Amino acid sequence: MKLTRLIIIVAALLMSVAAVNAQAPFRVAIVMPSSTTDLAWSQSIFDALVSIQTEMGGEGMMEIAFTEGMFDVTAAAQALRDYAESGYDLVIAHGTQYGTSLFELAPDYPETAFAWGTATDTGTDAGLTNIFAYEAAAEQGGYINGVMAGLLTESGVIGIVGPVAAGDALLYINGFLQGVAASNADANVIVAYTGSFGDTAAAAEVAQTQVAAGADVLTGSAQQVVGAIDVVEAEGGLWFGTQSDQSLNWAETVVASQVYDWTGILSDMIAKVQAGELGGTAYNLTLENEGLTFAFGEVEIPADVTAAAEAAVAEIIAGDIEVLQALPEVTPEPS
Amino acid sequence: MNNGLTVDQILVQAVALTLLYATPYLFAALGEVFVQRSGVLNLGVEGMMLMGAFSAVYAVSQGAHPLIGLGVAMGVGAAFGAAMAFVNVTLQAEQGISGIGFTLFGLGLSTLLFKLLSGGVIVADGLDPINIPVLSDLPVVGRILFQQNILTYAAFALVPISMWVLNKTVWGLNIRAVGQNPAAADAMGVNVVRVRYSTCILGGVLAGVAGASLSIALTNIFQENMTEGRGFIAVALVYFGGWSPLRVMFGALLFSIANNLQIWVQILDVRIGGAPIPPNLLVMVPYVLTIAVLIFARQRRRLEPAALTKAFRRGEN
Repeated sequence: MKLTRLIIIVAALLMSVAAVNAQAPFRVAIVMPSSTTDLAWSQSIFDALVSIQTEMGGEGMMEIAFTEGMFDVTAAAQALRDYAESGYDLVIAHGTQYGTSLFELAPDYPETAFAWGTATDTGTDAGLTNIFAYEAAAEQGGYINGVMAGLLTESGVIGIVGPVAAGDALLYINGFLQGVAASNADANVIVAYTGSFGDTAAAAEVAQTQVAAGADVLTGSAQQVVGAIDVVEAEGGLWFGTQSDQSLNWAETVVASQVYDWTGILSDMIAKVQAGELGGTAYNLTLENEGLTFAFGEVEIPADVTAAAEAAVAEIIAGDIEVLQALPEVTPEPS
Repeated sequence: MNNGLTVDQILVQAVALTLLYATPYLFAALGEVFVQRSGVLNLGVEGMMLMGAFSAVYAVSQGAHPLIGLGVAMGVGAAFGAAMAFVNVTLQAEQGISGIGFTLFGLGLSTLLFKLLSGGVIVADGLDPINIPVLSDLPVVGRILFQQNILTYAAFALVPISMWVLNKTVWGLNIRAVGQNPAAADAMGVNVVRVRYSTCILGGVLAGVAGASLSIALTNIFQENMTEGRGFIAVALVYFGGWSPLRVMFGALLFSIANNLQIWVQILDVRIGGAPIPPNLLVMVPYVLTIAVLIFARQRRRLEPAALTKAFRRGEN
């Protein structure tokens, strides 16, 4: 009896020591404005986190906590603070609009690493050392999509379904406009904004109105675009996507999607945090660092269009083409 | 720059799209007219629309015919309408508060079911536009009137039907009586509770159809919170239209055409003095217009049901 008990106690002690020695999982928390399945902004980073988790060896090695649908910035700030309070190693605020809240709470948790985007400010000027910033050079992929759209349009009219003229949506649209101008100077690009990021029916109406105005190739940004793609498919047009691969449900309509691949920068961020470096780096997804990639549907793309797109990618990487983030203000021609 | 389109062509397209995108507002607002004319305020339209939108597209994505999907949305709407009648009429809850409760409940439940039952955006083959033979080839009216979705035809057909029901049938008379003076109606032998239950259920059914029109007619998808406040616009349209189905229809048309025209203003890059008009200002136009008409058309309130939002307790009114 006594011997058995002794063995059990020793075994238990050994196991507890082993448990302490085993590496605790890396804990990541993320707060995002829309859902993890929005086929756009939020899904792009969530998919990246899940793929890193799989690579690291599953939930035992990396834990992901997320709060989605946080259009309300105050509620998002609360969620961020809760995650920091609960001791997560890396807390990500996936939206420009969360920046102010993040800068307020980061000093209270100097042991926690924070990250936010779309942003370039790591708070170093404000004396903060635990913030990473990230952004996507959406204008680069927008340019490539624009080059292809300019060559594919038959009517000469291209529609852009914008959400709100700001942030990464505006970068994408400006890049797209430059791409169309480069490949088809005669094309008429019509732009209309819905004033919302998530109103799918409003995006559908804008797209349908643009089709009525003659557009046969369209693009757009934010999670609202599923409504627009659906209308474009019904009207037999073509669509160019951004943020996530949008061809899954509409393979015969979506020509190409610019995909934000956050895995590279997130892996780097996690490695830095594990090494004790909690912030200070600003990342940018570009064609060059392969953070911007393209996904294709089942639309047959003529060889010359593919060639033009590939050439443009090479030229952007080589620095021969500089895609501007903002368009120079042009004075309208007298009509 | 006019994309090679003439002003006539643009107007034809704008009016055709206006009718289509007025559809959800019209269904929801006509349902709300019945509910309010019987003296009940339903602020839960938004939540009922969301449940209708989700249940219709989910049924269709599981292989049901779109019309069956529509039927499912009507059933879900009816259940919500009955639940609302129970809370407002039987339990006599404060109607403004309970309505917001139903909106939040519908938002939460539709989002939860969406998360549980689908891995992402639901896509389904919904109701396609119907081109009426011969007539749809007519110039101008062909595009505007005869190439629409079946739900758009139904929504506009519902306007004269609603007027006839409210003004010419016994049930309509009872609805109006119960909304104006429930005590008197009760004394005349009208079952106030039963009439209000019937209008609440009808309001729920039409809110469900309004939601379904978003998810299986205007688009063929469901996204969480896809109504984006359209249910509340519908309630505003009832006040806007002074509780008359015809004027509610004009309100829905005004709102929708203002919205479609502001899209055209953006597309055509209309400039004032060489400067583009900020899109943020343009998307506000339909809302500002609705509020302005609400403020300046106060005399239209003459049809306002006297017993609106007042619970009926026999012997106390």
